[in-house]
Amino acid sequence: MDPYILKKDFPILDDKTLIYLDTAASSLKPKQVINKLEEYYEKYSTNVHRGVYNLSYVATEMYEQSRRKACEFINADFDEIVFTRGASSALNIVASSYGLNNLTSDDEIIVSELEHHSQVLPWQNVSNITKAKLVYVPLNKEGRITIENFKKVLNNKTKVVALNYVSNVMGYVTPIKEIIKLSHNVGAIVCVDAAQAAPHKKIDVKDIDCDFLAFSGHKMLGPTGIGVLFGKKELLKEMPPIEFGGDMNDNVNLYDATWKDSPYKFEAGTPPIAGAIGLGAAMDYINDIGIENIAIHEKKLKDYTVSKLLEIEDVVIYNKDAETGIISFNINSVHPHDAVTFFDGDNICMRAGHHCAQLIIKWLKVVATLRVSFYLYNTIEDCDRFIESVKNARDFFKSAGF
Amino acid sequence: MNDLELLYRQVIMEHYKNPRNKGLLDDPTYKAVRIKNPSCGDDITVQTKVENGVIKDIRYDGTGCSICCSSASVMSETLIGKLKEDAMTITETYLNMLTNKEFDTNVDLEEAIVYRGVNKFPARIKCASIAWKAFEGTIEESE
Repeated sequence: MDPYILKKDFPILDDKTLIYLDTAASSLKPKQVINKLEEYYEKYSTNVHRGVYNLSYVATEMYEQSRRKACEFINADFDEIVFTRGASSALNIVASSYGLNNLTSDDEIIVSELEHHSQVLPWQNVSNITKAKLVYVPLNKEGRITIENFKKVLNNKTKVVALNYVSNVMGYVTPIKEIIKLSHNVGAIVCVDAAQAAPHKKIDVKDIDCDFLAFSGHKMLGPTGIGVLFGKKELLKEMPPIEFGGDMNDNVNLYDATWKDSPYKFEAGTPPIAGAIGLGAAMDYINDIGIENIAIHEKKLKDYTVSKLLEIEDVVIYNKDAETGIISFNINSVHPHDAVTFFDGDNICMRAGHHCAQLIIKWLKVVATLRVSFYLYNTIEDCDRFIESVKNARDFFKSAGF
Repeated sequence: MNDLELLYRQVIMEHYKNPRNKGLLDDPTYKAVRIKNPSCGDDITVQTKVENGVIKDIRYDGTGCSICCSSASVMSETLIGKLKEDAMTITETYLNMLTNKEFDTNVDLEEAIVYRGVNKFPARIKCASIAWKAFEGTIEESE
């Protein structure tokens, strides 16, 4: 893959001075995806599963074609793919439908301090309501989830294991396949937050044998407002819907009703049709390049940048050995929000804050961190300009008296 | 000097390094309001003591970036000793200035005028606002 050619697909990068290093928050969108959204709105912007006329048939066909693409993308079956608003809403369906209906005060839920709020908070809520015990995997000194530590918290009471595939702050890859195997041995189900994995890593739900898995479109070149929930069909079949309304129902009577089969049972109301179709285009785009090639490219940029940052005095890196393209760091005695204003002045977009993962920020014992994240449109020149800007920022704040 | 240097070189660094009126008091005659910006971690609590219509004292504590912490210090220095109504007018004027709204240039903002530069950095307006908004809150609570 050639990032210099790929860059040309991203209209925002027509601004040659812009350096976008915040893909972990949301990726940029290529014109192939934008054009697909336009195609829907201009040519067949009708509802799905309802209209008995040709245009609605076209829209339905395009929407369901995207579902088939999502199946192929993670090696799932057609009725195991639910379209949602994003990874957050997907994880909430699992917690509210599976969690609230299957857990009791005798049960335990395993999470970690490495989770994004969208994974930990829905299960915290389930724990508060059902009185199931929320248990945290102790992180190792690098901040990783290890098999050894996971075994310390796993037991016969464990009913749900809810962990990330790739951390959005530390960029670590969780040994999820082994965790799933161990969890199944004690009869627990595993819900995987793959929001940070799907854009960067080949996912095979059959190979890892996860029970649920969630990801978002907008972090992987797709539109906002669309995400995917994978669930094993036998689990989805038993789960009640949590949203009720149009399209999800089968037979409606005065005082009761029946539901469609999964996935439609979980897709109440008019779904994000354009978003789903755009996500299909994003998956095509990634497949054309090859996700393994993207991962190699990001890792190369991340390793190069880490090696240069390590040479700069006053820079602290929290995850230098991460396997993916995320670097969390700080400049000594400079609040990340002060620093990020400097980078903004150099037209570098990056994140400062707690990255919707306050627990790991507290674990690191810092107020917040700076974070850069790389993707297929970043180049070695982006890294060099960023590194130069870090040096200048450090010098600027030192001379200002920080 | 570029905009960023202007912003940091003036009063802001002085107050960030030597904060005035910092530290809360355990005194029920003060009204306290805490404001957090959960997305960045700024977290400021302001305590105000009003006596006979005069801002007798302001204390604050918290954590945040230099703009957030320094603006709390500057706010306390600017408003202590003012009539309550004048303090509220200054606060309103300051907040309008930050957000690029029309504001009354006849109101003397004293040192707080240096935060005018923040409007060139829209992402930081919140940082410079929260201590002042917390102050407003303490007055509303005391009424």
